Amino acid sequence: MSEEDFDVIVAGAGPAGSACAYTLAKAGKNVLLLERGDSAGAKNVSGGRLYAYALDLVDPDLRGRAPLQRRIVREQVMLLDGARATTLDHGDYGDAAGPQSYSVLRAPLDEWFASEVEAQGGTLACGMRVDGFLEENGRIVGVKVGEDDMRCGTVVAADGVNSCLGRQAGLFGDVAPATVGLGVKETIELPEAVISQRFGVKNGEGAARVALGCTDGISGGGFLYTNTDSVSLGLVLNPGQVARRGRPIQDLWQDFKLHPALAGLLEGGVSLEYGAHLVPERGYHGLPRNLHRPGLVVAGDAGQFGINTGLILRGMDLAMVSGLAAARAILETTGPDAVGPAYLTQLETLALLPTMRVYAECHGLFELSRLFGAYPALANEALATLFSVDGRTPPPMLTQLWQVVRSHVSLGQMLSDAWKGFRSV
Amino acid sequence: MTIKRMSPEELLALDRFNVDEGNPHIHVDKTLCARCQSRPCLVVCPARCYQLKDAQVAFEYAGCLECGTCRVLCSDKGVTRWDYPRATFGVTFRNS
Repeated sequence: MSEEDFDVIVAGAGPAGSACAYTLAKAGKNVLLLERGDSAGAKNVSGGRLYAYALDLVDPDLRGRAPLQRRIVREQVMLLDGARATTLDHGDYGDAAGPQSYSVLRAPLDEWFASEVEAQGGTLACGMRVDGFLEENGRIVGVKVGEDDMRCGTVVAADGVNSCLGRQAGLFGDVAPATVGLGVKETIELPEAVISQRFGVKNGEGAARVALGCTDGISGGGFLYTNTDSVSLGLVLNPGQVARRGRPIQDLWQDFKLHPALAGLLEGGVSLEYGAHLVPERGYHGLPRNLHRPGLVVAGDAGQFGINTGLILRGMDLAMVSGLAAARAILETTGPDAVGPAYLTQLETLALLPTMRVYAECHGLFELSRLFGAYPALANEALATLFSVDGRTPPPMLTQLWQVVRSHVSLGQMLSDAWKGFRSV
Repeated sequence: MTIKRMSPEELLALDRFNVDEGNPHIHVDKTLCARCQSRPCLVVCPARCYQLKDAQVAFEYAGCLECGTCRVLCSDKGVTRWDYPRATFGVTFRNS
């Protein structure tokens, strides 16, 4: 075998790439982490919540050093219809609630994580786009960056949801429209104390909110995360349905941002940035058949690891776990041919694939079109009816409710949706 | 200042771009686009890089957010090539 420049080259300094490179560097491997942006995080957009167990798995010391925004102590669900809104607000107000997830901003988070790789002795090179692979006898033995060839034992492609590298290596074709959500987001600056007051939390603590009924009937929903001194507000939509509806995504987005039920939370805010990103949404059934070939493994969004149950959206934690799995596979095997199978075993051991299997049918929920229009409307109108007092003799409550239900959905539709929903979870 | 409805141009003005002049990272074949009936690019692109001009799809890559949606949705494969911009070019996010 000819001489290698590095033991491992990791393409992409997001959560997957940095988790992988950090673990390898800490174990003494000669690792190169390549990032196409000016700095790590410069190309990255996400909703904004990290489930912290993943950082702990990589290294329990990391959490204390990470630039986390607020610990999420309130889980909120918002159902919108016209100018009406119904908001569920869940929290544990006792002392027992342990830290589980945090809001994050990718520019500071990814830049910090990549610096941790350097602190462990890894080499970080930003402003470097991997253009292709070096191959010998069907085995990937390095990468091409511009005019430069760089040789290594194993390449880890952590190059994001579009994974140009995974496609170039012939591991999978392009993602299908039905397997991704299109996320758009604005980061809106507000003073720290104002955010704490409006969401009823202490400084350092925050809220995460999902919203339904804000997508003009399109499969998808809104999200809101409180950061230290900003909020991340966005929409994730089925792009194929957006295309069929024919309304520009910016219009759908601005309608949600300007919903009167959000006005009081956002008043006085300043829009800092507008971003967009595809989100792997199909879950287990959307995973590519091949995640490796000799000399190459694919991690993070590039492997389409994602979970969306409607209430929880997971991507960054799965990315970190998959990066860790790739690193462990490289550390425990000798010879590049053994890395791929060991990677799949690690994805099982670290509970990533078993967890995705549990939620495998959840995507069925997103095919229940009434979840994004009729049911949020029904909930709002039912509550409006129950709360209304006008001095006249009202019909019996059950009659009132039955009329509201029937005005939005037929009995057959309800039974059909209930059955499909039941099978999805 | 407070939250207000913003045009696509105003939204993109929030972001920082370093445009690789004369070197588009996305290639669009206008003869294929001319035959396309559905033209999903016109509504799904969050940066509105695709716009109708004189009944033709006009493409401008300067404000591209590099999300990949046009490539995934392109129904008649008028998007013939889709790469990330060359290193250091394109959008730079600082607050996302």
